[in-house]
Amino acid sequence: MKKIISYIVFAFIAITNINAQKYFTKTGEISFYSQTPIENIQAVSNTVTTVYDTESGNIQWAVLIKSFTFEKSLMQEHFNENYMESSKFPKASFKGQITNHTNVNLQKDGTYTVDVEGELTIHGVTNLVSTKAIIVVEKGAINATSSLKVFVADYGIEIPSVVKENIAKEIEININAEYEELSKS
Amino acid sequence: MKSLVSHKSWLCLVLVSFFLPLCSEAQEEDLLALLGEEEETVNFTYATFKANRIINLHSVENTAKGVLDIKISHRFGFLNGGFSELFGLDQASIRIGADYGISPKLMVGFGRSSFEKTYDGFLKYKILRQSSGAKTMPVTASFLASTAIKTIPFQDPDRENFFSSRMYYVFQGLIGRKFNESLSLQLSPTLVHRNLVRTSTESNDVYSLGLGGRIKLNKRTSFNIEYIYVQPDQLAPGYRNSFSVGFDIETGGHVFQLHFTNSTSMIEKGFITETIGNWLDGDIHFGFNVSRVFTVN
Repeated sequence: MKKIISYIVFAFIAITNINAQKYFTKTGEISFYSQTPIENIQAVSNTVTTVYDTESGNIQWAVLIKSFTFEKSLMQEHFNENYMESSKFPKASFKGQITNHTNVNLQKDGTYTVDVEGELTIHGVTNLVSTKAIIVVEKGAINATSSLKVFVADYGIEIPSVVKENIAKEIEININAEYEELSKS
Repeated sequence: MKSLVSHKSWLCLVLVSFFLPLCSEAQEEDLLALLGEEEETVNFTYATFKANRIINLHSVENTAKGVLDIKISHRFGFLNGGFSELFGLDQASIRIGADYGISPKLMVGFGRSSFEKTYDGFLKYKILRQSSGAKTMPVTASFLASTAIKTIPFQDPDRENFFSSRMYYVFQGLIGRKFNESLSLQLSPTLVHRNLVRTSTESNDVYSLGLGGRIKLNKRTSFNIEYIYVQPDQLAPGYRNSFSVGFDIETGGHVFQLHFTNSTSMIEKGFITETIGNWLDGDIHFGFNVSRVFTVN
């Protein structure tokens, strides 16, 4: 009897532990920036879906290409229609790991710099990337920000010669997410 | 003996609790799936056509809000003018115009054509937007109302002429569908009202149906075609249905439309009711529309 009870108790602890390990948000912010002497292009989306598993350090996010908004509507149309082909490749996503996630102590407020690496998929092309991220823990809440530079050409995105001067070869991507605990219901 | 069993079971539990998290780590987990099914969003169709004109006809596209679109359109003379006319290049009819997006659904525009020194103004309102996903709508539909004022001197200055005799009105429905990335088709039932017609046998109201489409050849070029069927016995003999083919070439902020058409005029009342060219006789104009957009606010 005692044995059974202790099994149940353990199982319970194990399950609640797993629950407490995952953090998420559906309103993460992602922006990218292209800088050239001719013009600067910027677009932003506030609908990044992301889950972070504090136990394993695994982190994933995804965003709909169509959710990016630009200052100029024609840029937005061309972005979807000509460059990202968003009806063919509706999402950009990342699947990876914070390699030194054990450095982050979620019980203690503080700012931690961590290394992230994983697979970034844009325009149907997947590449391995690595970068640094900053995790801020404050009263049990997690805020993560990261920045990454990618080459447009690495993701099979063609830029025609007439606008070559207007679009940077290397694009800066910034991501910022306020995570909350994921509770299973 | 009893205590030994209990020790064993504790040991077992400790081992299990160690392995549990390891198990979950080992498998490549789809974390995002934990968030459950994504809410389906409304997926609006965009870029049914590259420009807000197919060739002569309006397309279901609107100029975006706060965007000014300057359009310079040319139609050269008939190709069958031969070498002495440099295949029509000696003559040119021009329309200079500007379109502006007041809201995402409403746009206005005006222009001035050298042909019969005509001023025109229009407004186009988007009623339906093609979409898939949470809300499905098979077509995009718009309504166009346009007015033209012909300012060349009256043909018969001796009779009593009214200013209203210079006016033309056009009402048009636009129903378009982007079937896939490459193919879009459009139907445009149109009523052209002419306050003054040349002879009593001609109708003041002319009913017609415009058909248009495009096939994308690559990301930045499309092949466009349009035909306007005018119901018989409304126009004087000699007038023909407008037929045009052309290409849209897009480069950043510009769209170049190059085409061949038997219509001289570039506004509805003209190309629908006053087309005289016959394709079979080589009465074909080479022409182009150049559009340049400026984001005003």
